Amino acid sequence: MPANANAIEAVNNEEQQEFLTFVLGTENYALDIMTVKEIRGYENVTKIANAPPYIKGVLNLRGDIVPIIDLRIKFEVGEATYDEFTIVIMLMIGERIVGIVVDEVSDVIKVDETDIKPPPEFGVAFDSAYLHGLTTINEQMIILVNIQKLISSDELGIFDPSTKAEHD
Amino acid sequence: MSVDMSQFFDVFFEESQEHLDDMEHLLMELSLDNPDLEDLNSIFRAAHSIKGGSGVFGFDALTGLTHVMENILDLARKYEIDMTKTIVDQLLITVDTLKSILACYQNEHDIDWAAIEAGTLALEQLLQPADKPFPAETDVSSDIEGFGLFNNPVTNNDEDFGFFEPNETIAEETAYGFYEDEQETDTSAQIKTQDSDDDNAFGLFVDESGPDKISPDKIDSDKTSGDIEGFGLFEAAPDPAVQAKTSPAKTTSKPVVAAKSAAPRKAKTDAKEASSIRVDTLKIDSLVNLVGELVITQSMIKIVGKEVQGETEEKLEGAIGELSRNIREIQEAVMSMRMLPMSFAFNRFPRVVRDLADKMGKDVELLIEGGATEIDKGMIEKLVDPLTHLIRNSVDHGIEMPDIREASGKSKKGTVILNAEQRGGSILITITDDGAGLNRERILEKAHTNGMDVSPDIKDSDVWRLIFEAGFSTAETVTDVSGRGVGMDVVRRNIESIGGSVDIESHQGVGSIFKIRLPLTLAIVDGMCVSVGKQTYVVPLTNIIESMQPSTEQLKTLANDQVLWVRGEYWPLVKLHKLMGIEGAKTDVADAIVVLVETSRKRFGILVDQLEGQQQVVIKSLEQHYRRVPGVAGATIMGDGSVAMILDIESIAAGVNTTSKQEVPLAS
Repeated sequence: MPANANAIEAVNNEEQQEFLTFVLGTENYALDIMTVKEIRGYENVTKIANAPPYIKGVLNLRGDIVPIIDLRIKFEVGEATYDEFTIVIMLMIGERIVGIVVDEVSDVIKVDETDIKPPPEFGVAFDSAYLHGLTTINEQMIILVNIQKLISSDELGIFDPSTKAEHD
Repeated sequence: MSVDMSQFFDVFFEESQEHLDDMEHLLMELSLDNPDLEDLNSIFRAAHSIKGGSGVFGFDALTGLTHVMENILDLARKYEIDMTKTIVDQLLITVDTLKSILACYQNEHDIDWAAIEAGTLALEQLLQPADKPFPAETDVSSDIEGFGLFNNPVTNNDEDFGFFEPNETIAEETAYGFYEDEQETDTSAQIKTQDSDDDNAFGLFVDESGPDKISPDKIDSDKTSGDIEGFGLFEAAPDPAVQAKTSPAKTTSKPVVAAKSAAPRKAKTDAKEASSIRVDTLKIDSLVNLVGELVITQSMIKIVGKEVQGETEEKLEGAIGELSRNIREIQEAVMSMRMLPMSFAFNRFPRVVRDLADKMGKDVELLIEGGATEIDKGMIEKLVDPLTHLIRNSVDHGIEMPDIREASGKSKKGTVILNAEQRGGSILITITDDGAGLNRERILEKAHTNGMDVSPDIKDSDVWRLIFEAGFSTAETVTDVSGRGVGMDVVRRNIESIGGSVDIESHQGVGSIFKIRLPLTLAIVDGMCVSVGKQTYVVPLTNIIESMQPSTEQLKTLANDQVLWVRGEYWPLVKLHKLMGIEGAKTDVADAIVVLVETSRKRFGILVDQLEGQQQVVIKSLEQHYRRVPGVAGATIMGDGSVAMILDIESIAAGVNTTSKQEVPLAS
């Protein structure tokens, strides 16, 4: 695989970062693998009163009450269906744990800083402020998401504004 | 007697070590120009705690030194002396000395009495009005050297604290007349009460400052004439008269006491430091959580295991059975790490009461009830100090002298009852005495002299609360027992720091009751689980009045709102499915269940589908990973691993309007 070949070549390159790629609808995204706590299947959540529809609810992650966000609903990509293949990526954002629902988790990729192109101003569901850039692996465009910024954004409103500052 | 106490030695060592660390830290931080009163109070309390504890356990070496330390700190916090660098330095040296004494007691090594004497002397020097810091310092060095000479025979001596050997004593007293006085003090304390908290003893000690003054001069002259010559005095000038007077008392009483306390401890090995470790309760909490997860995982395996057929089914069943048993044992072990019976704290009090009563010439009986009540270990540790203070208070101030009791028609023997019981979601500890009760006038008077702005006609309960203020003591004299005004503010602070509260009930001539209310461990709440649609909610039991199935006749419509007519009252109705936006819930009121709840402000009914049952749930914070949710106090994990919300009835009540619309936005 060219991806692996690239990776071996640039093993000592400090500019290299690892990303986890995932699929929302038909688009390929990737997020910094260091924020990933674990990956698990979707299970029933407990609804939270009067929360926006993309906040699916909370679930029990070994004693922690963790909110689950469906980015597909928030950014209107793909269809928000839940079956045995639906995946939740548990993220560590600062001290907090947040789960995001995605359609598929595909690969771990290593990307050189130099291979990252600036994000487009339009044509992507996410506001470009939450994007890290674009890269191409196997002739497929992958959108690198700045997941920390996205999750702690006021737009998602997952954290109280007062407590959010400490995670910025 | 001392055998009973030995089980608390480890706790005492741990606590004292902490106190010493605190002291050191605070002393280092202390600003000399403008010392913080709160810090001085804290240092003082730490010294006081060590003194009290060491007195109870008979660790006399600690008691003496901390007492002098306490005197200095007491003056300092009253701003009667300035905290100079010399004082702080000497206090820090004293802390070091105390640490080494503590280590000696802990490892059963011989106590370096010379260092203690030197330390005490140096501290006493600081209390002298004459500014003589330098002689004090030379004292220290010469003392250590000097005592070193006859320390060797002491360590060779098998008689534990061998320095009680008459010959050495005489040598000491010749050199330092003061030293012998202190010993005598110790001895008398031991003989009289076996408890060196004896204030007479300490009174003596302090009064001996006369002879103290002499000693430095003496040493100074020794110094000038040369060290060697000076120490030559030790052997040269024994005073036979003094020897005759003092040595019988020592030789008869001291070795007995020493042997007694030494015997049980000798059995232990030197490796006792490894026998217990202190673990952050957070680590245990996370362990408790993980075990909870394990239980859920195990029940999942059990369900899956049922699908397996044939020969493997049997094997799997056996393995799962083994697993469940192991998990159950782990769970019990983990829980037992946190929980201890109350008796762990209570058992030390009969001794405290007896000694104290003996000393004061009172006749007091302590009744202990509910010692089996289990409580979080962290709480026990924090409860010992306040309970000790409260019980000492009850005996010292509460119970009257026997003749006074008789005169007022009570039985000669006073009673103090220490009781612990679980009351719903909290633990209630009461200390009841049948003594004189609190004196309203005296407290108010003291409040005025302390410069507090208190109206003379405030309620009794408010008057009683005044005694929890720092520096508040109505005792006429400062004794070793109480009266310094340290106790009650520490009591309140310690109890509040573990989320509890303390209340006083008192009636003049009848007695007083101190009530300590503590939360149960791990923030557990008793709740009623209710279901709405497919969701489960928990309603705290404390809010619930009753649950009922309403009939259509009870339903009225008032200004477009449905209200419920129950026993001559209209109850506003909150529909939980509307409030929480849940689909698929029962909308017909007559089909559903109404839980009648009340808060401090309002009473109303909550409409739910069904009652699921009552259970204790652990409150988990939603804010840790998410944000505050209006109307929800927190979340909890149910037996099957799912999450249920705990309703915050108070905040729901804020949105309930008793006269107008039912659709009310929740205040967040």
